[in-house]
Amino acid sequence: MQTKMRESDPILEVENLFASTENLPILKGVSLTVYPGEIHAIMGRNGCGKSTLSKIIAGHPSYNITNGDIKFSGENINSLEPEERAQSGIFLGFQYPIEIPGVSNLEFLRVSTNARRKFLNKEELDTFDFEELVKEKLELVKMDHAFLSRSVNQGFSGGEKKRNEILQMALLEPKIAILDETDSGLDIDALRIVASGIKKISNEQTGIILITHYQRLLDEIEPTYVHVMADGQIIKTGGSDLALELEKKGYEWTDNFVKET
Amino acid sequence: MVNENLVKDVVKEPYKYGFVTDIETEKISKGLNEDIIRLISQKKEEPQYLLDFRLKAFKKWQKMDEPDWAGLGYEQIDYQDIIYYSAPKQKEKISSLDEVDPKLLETFDKLGIPLTEQKKLTNVAVDAVFDSVSIATTFREELAEHGVIFCSISEAVKNHSNLIEKYLGTVVPASDNYFAALNSAVFSDGSFVYIPKGVTCPMDLSSYFRINSGDSGQFERTLIIAEESSSVSYLEGCTAPMFDTNTLHAAVVELIALDDASIKYSTVQNWYAGDEEGVGGIFNFVTKRGKCLGKRSKISWSQVETGSSITWKYPSCLLLGEESVGEFYSVALTNNLQQADTGTKMIHIGPKTKSTIVSKGISAGNSINSYRGLVKMGTKAAGSRNYSQCDSMLIGDQASANTFPYIKSQQPNSEIEHEASTCRISEDQLFYLQSRGIEFEEAVSMMVSGFCRDVFNQLPMEFAAEADKLLALKLEGSVG
Repeated sequence: MQTKMRESDPILEVENLFASTENLPILKGVSLTVYPGEIHAIMGRNGCGKSTLSKIIAGHPSYNITNGDIKFSGENINSLEPEERAQSGIFLGFQYPIEIPGVSNLEFLRVSTNARRKFLNKEELDTFDFEELVKEKLELVKMDHAFLSRSVNQGFSGGEKKRNEILQMALLEPKIAILDETDSGLDIDALRIVASGIKKISNEQTGIILITHYQRLLDEIEPTYVHVMADGQIIKTGGSDLALELEKKGYEWTDNFVKET
Repeated sequence: MVNENLVKDVVKEPYKYGFVTDIETEKISKGLNEDIIRLISQKKEEPQYLLDFRLKAFKKWQKMDEPDWAGLGYEQIDYQDIIYYSAPKQKEKISSLDEVDPKLLETFDKLGIPLTEQKKLTNVAVDAVFDSVSIATTFREELAEHGVIFCSISEAVKNHSNLIEKYLGTVVPASDNYFAALNSAVFSDGSFVYIPKGVTCPMDLSSYFRINSGDSGQFERTLIIAEESSSVSYLEGCTAPMFDTNTLHAAVVELIALDDASIKYSTVQNWYAGDEEGVGGIFNFVTKRGKCLGKRSKISWSQVETGSSITWKYPSCLLLGEESVGEFYSVALTNNLQQADTGTKMIHIGPKTKSTIVSKGISAGNSINSYRGLVKMGTKAAGSRNYSQCDSMLIGDQASANTFPYIKSQQPNSEIEHEASTCRISEDQLFYLQSRGIEFEEAVSMMVSGFCRDVFNQLPMEFAAEADKLLALKLEGSVG
């Protein structure tokens, strides 16, 4: 595992995290630290706990932390509400973005952006100023203005939903973005648009966790670290070459790994 | 399912219109009999035909049984334990608003309905009804210039007796139902609107009903007549103080639209709903009906029902005129132990008539929310169409929603479409909004407003904003 000189404090620290849903243990001791400017890829079979990890970091109420801590900017956030986490700069890009009938995408984006801006002590935007801001961000994900007048994700194609997620990320300017299979279901063009959007939004101050099955996203966005998860644990961590090796050998190759501590 | 722990501790917003105005009132004694009816009629100096109308209605009422088909649960109403006339004491004849008791003006001020010349709403004419009487109507002179009559129904009986005699009880006959018969016997006041031929009413007209006494019922009667090629938009708002007893409100509203006339009738009903245990609150048993008498006439009902312990109302349209149009847009929200049984009847009688029904029911807490409606195509209603959409939203796991659509068609050359859906605010939807920094309560209210969007779009602007706020307020602390 490569090491790097780090001058700043970590953004996110997951420490020996155990979590369950409906008394079923899902995470069995996950540790992960993300520093500013780092991109972490998490790979692993379906059902290994990748999505659960992302939802728990974002504060999904269906999961209980049974042991361990999640720290964000050095503060324990185990008991914070999802909206508090989001306002302070944690972003979760959903694998399956949720449809909300009747709620206009524009209004949703504005309320959400203002909630984050309020936390940052920035001025809240009225409809007109927000339109200006969102126009600029739409460019990043090559979305048409017409998306704004539709209901949140309703009737969007798979690719449109994912681009809408990246649009939200661009508006919220998170400190850490966890993107849960943002690449799945995208054609090559859409993948490029999404990847370039992510690259433009992220910078030296932000951390990114990419949950993915495919090398093709990692070709576009080179990860600092690649983690392999199995049965609720990170069983192997390496550089970007680990993903290439996985792509070649498949998850079977990882079956015999024991947890590296 | 919504996670219960998330919301248990949210502070509940109290009903903000629950105050009582301390004012000297003139009340007659409790009870209902012929003498009481004669007394009411006498107090209002009514002509003989009206007294006869009342007495006939009373006779019919005595022979009728209180309806129980809605399956609403409430304790038997003791009709002898109600005061049928209660009015704030004031000067006999009031020539201007300045002579209205300041306490009354203050009351309406507090309710957000300023009446005085300096403060009155600029774009809406208001008729303010306090218990059994109308205390003031604004913009009367301005309206009169256009020939529009907007006054209390008592005044109309005195000054426009011919119109009253011609139209009163022609849409909702006294024998129509138990509560309509009761209203016809004892109605005290309400609003009267007359729009002459070819006139588009220059401003919205509005009645604001305030129940103040705890032991008197409110039985108002509204009559709106739109002559040929005229149009009017009428708004109605209602509030009441918090009492631990139930107050009966049995109103009758009649609308008449002649050739090419259009009437838009919007209601925001926020009567006191009782407390969390279901103690107190208004029984809102109302009969509202419009008659599209003329060709191409149109009557549109839109309502936002959030208050009352029990709501039982079915604003309906009789579509007689060829190509006449009936519309019903409704949002009914129930919480705690509220019960709402509401919907509409669209009776297609004339040919090529058209009706649209959009009903959105939201039930939270332990409440029961039912849509009940009838679409009927008569034998002569060839080429007529109806579209109905009834959606229910459940919040929590103790509330219930029902839909009872009745469809009767005697005309093969007509179309009836009915769509219905039931949804629940899902934990995933809430989490999605929360994970974007939106507070839980705001997330719920965003989804509820989204659910009601189709109906809110039909409301006059200022009402739509109020309705949105009202729903958010009502839902506070209810999600669990």
